[in-house]
Amino acid sequence: MTGELQRTPLYETHRKLGARLVPFAGFEMPVQYEGIVKEHHAVRQRAGIFDVSHMGELTLRGPQAVAVADFLVTNAVAKLAVGQALYTVCCNEEGTILDDLIVYRRGDEDVLIVCNASNRGKISAHVAAVASGRCDFDDQSDGTALLALQGPRAEAIVRAAGGDPLADLGFFRSAEGQLAGVPCRAARTGYTGEDGFEFFCRNEDAPALWDALMSAGEPHGVAPAGLGARDTLRLEAKLCLYGNDIDETTNPFEAGLGWVVKLDHGDFIGRESLVAIKEAGIRRKLVGFEMVGRGIARHGYPIVDLERPQERLGVVTSGSPSPTLGKNIGLGYVPVAHSKIGTRFGVEIRGKVIEAVVVKTPFYKRAK
Amino acid sequence: MAQYPTDYRYTKEHEWAARDGDLVKVGVTSYAVEQLGDVTLVDLPEVGTEVQAHERFGDIESVKTVSELFAPVSGEVVEVNRELDDSPELVNEGPYDKGWMVVIRMSEPAEFDTLMDAARYEDFVSKSE
Repeated sequence: MTGELQRTPLYETHRKLGARLVPFAGFEMPVQYEGIVKEHHAVRQRAGIFDVSHMGELTLRGPQAVAVADFLVTNAVAKLAVGQALYTVCCNEEGTILDDLIVYRRGDEDVLIVCNASNRGKISAHVAAVASGRCDFDDQSDGTALLALQGPRAEAIVRAAGGDPLADLGFFRSAEGQLAGVPCRAARTGYTGEDGFEFFCRNEDAPALWDALMSAGEPHGVAPAGLGARDTLRLEAKLCLYGNDIDETTNPFEAGLGWVVKLDHGDFIGRESLVAIKEAGIRRKLVGFEMVGRGIARHGYPIVDLERPQERLGVVTSGSPSPTLGKNIGLGYVPVAHSKIGTRFGVEIRGKVIEAVVVKTPFYKRAK
Repeated sequence: MAQYPTDYRYTKEHEWAARDGDLVKVGVTSYAVEQLGDVTLVDLPEVGTEVQAHERFGDIESVKTVSELFAPVSGEVVEVNRELDDSPELVNEGPYDKGWMVVIRMSEPAEFDTLMDAARYEDFVSKSE
């Protein structure tokens, strides 16, 4: 039996829209409204709005807040200007990944950490422990809603909703403001590979913010989009999904996240191990692949040698049809020797070995 | 709502079966299609394959899920809808006609009579919701 599922403040909104709701990370979340493929195309071509209120919001405040955040993660939080944000991972002492995060510097002494819903308990306790005695910590997840507006029309929709100063935010910048009279913090961040915004607001304001974005977006063809489309969109953009592509058995270098590890940014948790891992060199690597034969790779399917299928090379971590490319794509760990673009291997699908080829990632990159 | 063709028979796994003499055409129901969402791949057996009633004869995949296809009756696969190889969306567009999957020549014709009729299937679906 599963425990009681939590609901976001937009639960009734989803029901009215006819969403299919599924359990996800302890929440009852919309996986789709009209259909994953339709919603996927809406985001790539126009705009989509997502309820991602299940994500965790943790705050650090006080003179040591930035130093605490800097010690928690692999990327250099101390270098952030006020209003700037960064993507990072948070490692354990062994240098493997506890979670991937976006860290927002909201003020001189004010940091917001957004973590995955599935890791919220773990990360909340971890951050609280590190912050203890150094700065104020607060887990605001239960009272905070998060809406994502993603797609090429996102900026125009924010303007239409009366959020002009927010519409001018640069990439990975955030600011306090109002949208249709609803107070919120807007950030130019997302998880789709498109331009877009994320809006943090109080739970009680979430339905008004959703409605404002939906009505301002209507002339632009905005569509509500669920977790299903979110997953296909992020996969095309090769954005890692915690629990699939990265977890406590993977390190950031093999996951292709070496760019968020700043070994020289001062002491941080996992630094020593990461230095050693980097020096020793990685043995396996997360690669993107396309299916050559007919088949869809899925999380957990074995990756095998084509000539000697009994020889297991690695494992698929994510796989799906790509609605934008019209191909079946995936991510998986393979030995470094098999990671070059153009390398062929097999994916074992229900006992059959289907050919796949390593391709350049991201699979999809938006035109700037 | 009479939404399931009344001249077809149905399984608990949401396949339909349409009989023409010894031959039975097989597909999945509109209910199955609604549950699956966009069908992205249909994996079907070759002509000549022997299938057993209630056993897996193929797979159907949507963006997020993989489901097994079960044979409503036992027999030999005599025809396969190869159009689904390149156009799996035909299953969404017309689950009862252009989205058909295989034709089975029955070895145990009595099995067909054990399948649910449209009214019983509708009842079964409404109870499983």
